[in-house]
Amino acid sequence: MEWEVVIGLEVHVQLATQSKIFSGASTAFGAAPNTQACAVDLAMPGTLPVPNEEAFRFAVMFGLAMNAEIGKRSVFERKNYFYPDLPKGYQTTQLEQPIVGEGQIEIHLEDGSSKTVRLHHAHLEEDAGKSLHEDFHGMSGIDLNRAGTPLIEIVSEPDMRSAAEAVAYLKKIHSIVTYLGISDGDMSQGSLRCDANVSVRLKGEEELGTRTEIKNLNSFRFIEKAIKVEAQRQIDLIEDGGKVVQETRLYDADKNETRSMRSKEVANDYRYFPCPDLLPVVLSDEYIEQVRGDLPELPDAKCARFEKEYGLSAYDADQLTQERSTANYFEQVAAKSGEAKLAANWVMGELAALLNREEKSIEQSPVNAEHLAGLIARIKDGTISSKIAKQVFEAMANGDGDADTVIEAKGLKQVSDTGAIEKLVDDVIAASSAQVENYRNADPDKRPKMMGFFVGQIMKASKGQANPQMINKVLKEKLDALL
Amino acid sequence: MAVDAQTIEKLAELARIAISEETIDEVSSRLGDVLQLVDQLQAVNTDGVEPMAHPLDEVQVLRQDAVTEPNQREAFLALAPQSEAGLYLVPKVID
Repeated sequence: MEWEVVIGLEVHVQLATQSKIFSGASTAFGAAPNTQACAVDLAMPGTLPVPNEEAFRFAVMFGLAMNAEIGKRSVFERKNYFYPDLPKGYQTTQLEQPIVGEGQIEIHLEDGSSKTVRLHHAHLEEDAGKSLHEDFHGMSGIDLNRAGTPLIEIVSEPDMRSAAEAVAYLKKIHSIVTYLGISDGDMSQGSLRCDANVSVRLKGEEELGTRTEIKNLNSFRFIEKAIKVEAQRQIDLIEDGGKVVQETRLYDADKNETRSMRSKEVANDYRYFPCPDLLPVVLSDEYIEQVRGDLPELPDAKCARFEKEYGLSAYDADQLTQERSTANYFEQVAAKSGEAKLAANWVMGELAALLNREEKSIEQSPVNAEHLAGLIARIKDGTISSKIAKQVFEAMANGDGDADTVIEAKGLKQVSDTGAIEKLVDDVIAASSAQVENYRNADPDKRPKMMGFFVGQIMKASKGQANPQMINKVLKEKLDALL
Repeated sequence: MAVDAQTIEKLAELARIAISEETIDEVSSRLGDVLQLVDQLQAVNTDGVEPMAHPLDEVQVLRQDAVTEPNQREAFLALAPQSEAGLYLVPKVID
């Protein structure tokens, strides 16, 4: 039997507004507990919500980027449940008339293929506070700073068929919201969180299997692992004659398993109704068009432009445009060095490796775009070889200054002086009589390969600084003269 | 339309309202009255009438995105039965 996994994702994205969705309290991350929770956020009697225009603008930006319908008239509903981090006893959200309707995006998979994922809708809502269950004499501590932070919840259709597709979709959403600047997308701080609806069915089956919902996945790696392990659990269960129960499950990263959250089952009746405190929000066509006009270049458009403008491969262009900050860095290096292809190789190669090693983002890169461009310019004009360039790069990463400073200080300048090269070649030929003899007696076809030995010796003698093209030229002339 | 006891109990639990056994009948009949009123409303022909999300036929005014609320934590915490380390303390809740 061949099984097919069906996945739909609900992604919560915190919007990067200054103030909350319904109050003027700050949304800054990391403040002392409850210092950013005002009377509205605390649900004090008599308080009323006033929606934040920026949250709507951000949601419209997102909708336009997803090629989605924009809800020109959107309505808030109350989703009723009791939990201490939700002081009102309901979450203000949207159900019937959300701000963003149906849309679609293209996701790019690692094998180079693409796929369209449909968006069911996206709605605006408020985040809840946080419960801390640590040591408070058997009680829970409540921090309401996060209560009322604006979120968009992005609901996909069940269009994904593997954990890899789910991750690719989430990366695309991440890329779009960060390009738009509507969220910092920082998963470690909870700015982007994901619930996955997972079901399995036999391949070729039309009807969807019973799904489970895995809650609160907060890293790309966990999402992939959680979906894989949950799908396998369902397959094993069915193959053993069991049935999947529709329920909410939690992923335990330490044990790499999902487990049922039974306590949530009882109250799964939210009794939605239109919020009497809020009137319908109506957006004009002019407003929407104005937002459209202000949209920045998005990942797909940037990717296509990089291919065309810089002559990059589709793969390279895709890699460089996934993060807006990487794309910006690359463009600066390409512009300043005038060598787009080399710039692409260095950004995706040495620079990516360095950032990975030091666990830094490109904004925190120890080597800035100007320095990298300076290095590439020195490769291009023949001052240093690519091999020496790596050495210079390491020195720049250690804070030794720009490329020219490092090359000067360490005396790494490539030797391109004919006289010096000839001397190096002569010395090596003189010291390698046996190899010269072999070369002379060898089949002419084999000779080019045999030059490698001499080149290696010469490079070694020059400490890697001799110009390789010149060595090859001079060496061949001198060896051929001995034939 | 009467509401059965089971529905009343479920609604009470969802709303976290304590309703004693003895009062269930009374609550049931009162809720039934409300639903009767709804039935009367349902009988009105509303063909071609756009549903309203709010009794006021107005449009929401939005505010500029600006932080206008100062930190009043100490004043709010003082209203709570228990607090510690800047947190409101509540009976332990765990998912």
